[in-house]
Amino acid sequence: MTKHDTRRQLWLRRQRRRAVLIATVSTVAVATITWYLVTNAAGWPKVKQIFFDGDRFRQDFPEVLSFLWEDVKLFLQCAPFILIWGMVLALFRNTRNPALFPLRAFAAAYTDFFRGVPVILTIYLVGFGIPKLTKDWGDFHILGFGGAWNSPYLWGPVALVLAYSAYVSEVFRSGIEGVHESQRAGSRSLGLTHGQTMRFVVLPQASRRVIPPLMNDMLSLQKDVALVSLLGPIEVFRRATSIKDRTANFTPLVAAAVIFLIITIPETRLVDWYSARQRKRTGGTVIS
Amino acid sequence: MSPKVAIKNVRKSFGSKLVLDHVSLDVGEHDVVCLIGASGSGKSTLLRCINLLEPIDDGEILLDGPDGPCDISEPGLNPDPIRRRIGMVFQSYNLFPHMSVLHNITLGPTKVLKQSKSEATERALDLLSRFGLDDKSHAYPDQLSGGQQQRVAIVRALAMQPELMLLDEVTAALDPVLVGEVLNVIRDMRGQGMTMILATHEMGFAKEISDLVCFLKDGVILESAPPAKLFSAPDRPETAEFLQRVIASGRL
Repeated sequence: MTKHDTRRQLWLRRQRRRAVLIATVSTVAVATITWYLVTNAAGWPKVKQIFFDGDRFRQDFPEVLSFLWEDVKLFLQCAPFILIWGMVLALFRNTRNPALFPLRAFAAAYTDFFRGVPVILTIYLVGFGIPKLTKDWGDFHILGFGGAWNSPYLWGPVALVLAYSAYVSEVFRSGIEGVHESQRAGSRSLGLTHGQTMRFVVLPQASRRVIPPLMNDMLSLQKDVALVSLLGPIEVFRRATSIKDRTANFTPLVAAAVIFLIITIPETRLVDWYSARQRKRTGGTVIS
Repeated sequence: MSPKVAIKNVRKSFGSKLVLDHVSLDVGEHDVVCLIGASGSGKSTLLRCINLLEPIDDGEILLDGPDGPCDISEPGLNPDPIRRRIGMVFQSYNLFPHMSVLHNITLGPTKVLKQSKSEATERALDLLSRFGLDDKSHAYPDQLSGGQQQRVAIVRALAMQPELMLLDEVTAALDPVLVGEVLNVIRDMRGQGMTMILATHEMGFAKEISDLVCFLKDGVILESAPPAKLFSAPDRPETAEFLQRVIASGRL
């Protein structure tokens, strides 16, 4: 071990310093040009007044923020059902037994249908249609949850679960099919059954692989819960819209956008951190 | 006494390509049989057929057991209880990358043989130390060298206490130094009396370890003889030509 850096280490350090410098200069340049172009556009004063009104923002932000829990709650209610039902659909499609063909066909038709129909239409049709059928049913009580059978707080989330489970099942399916056949051979050669092989060998590897695309869908869901407000429930987006309707100013919607970013950005960082940790724990050298 | 494994007239094709053509082979208890031949000659397919990973088109595969020989290739038979009696080791190890070495080894015994976790762990650690892998039990497969991974794969198969081991070119992916450590493990198994069928390109090793060597070409066992005979005075010109090529490439 020498005390002095080698020629290569010095070169690497110089390269790194250069890269940081270039990145900083180019970022500052792009930001300055953008700022200049936007603030000098003819319509800017008007846009600034309608979308970026500082006083309105300070006043509306806390008001809109107070409805954030509604969005988070809708998300938390939907997500577990989406994951479970999506996994069940993926397993249906992965069955190999001829007797289970109806399950395979059902899962295929289901995903085709709900992936093909816009989420907003599913919410409208399920959310306004089914309550007409169930309005005389009174109340339900399941596992500590309860409410009216025709409540939008029931059918809004149900519509989201129907639509999103179709996306999520495709993610799971690609994850399951992405596990190499040799893993199944290794497992079956030990005498494990098809079910045990899925449970202990295939699914754990598949679920690790699907976490990034799955997170994508979950982020979408966190934003799309706002669509449930079309059925009545008041949450961030709906509250912002009502302020906008009253004041003829779009700033509360900008506040709503900021609020959604505040919850979604940490979620993405969390996933990045998790995948990096997984790689470090089970892998050899990480290739940069 | 009936052989441990009796393969009778096995035929297997992939599409229109015949990969095993009327293959017959008897393997006695505690015997070691090596399958040699060029790539694509059907060695791996034969092993996969014995482990029921590939269904055969015709013929019989009899495995001797407590209730006498039984045709394990019988259509409609549940393959799982048969596979647990046969250990298989693959060229590319097929270890489970999301499990530690110890968990890889105890999965089968706990889930299939219903051993308790502590019993399975104790046996696994015994086997690991027998093959010089004591300190690797908590490592993950990707953190091990190829030779270590392959030894773990062999331990994983052994932990099921199989009656028969199938080894499919287990050293083909390893460099010469690592090949040695895996071959030592196989010698050790032979010493313990394990019945084994190996597909291999290691001719020197085949010569040393086997009771019978079978030369396959285009899905046919052209010649089978004890190694002393087959390697020094093969009957068939094809065998001689194959061995000639192996010698020319410096692998014998």
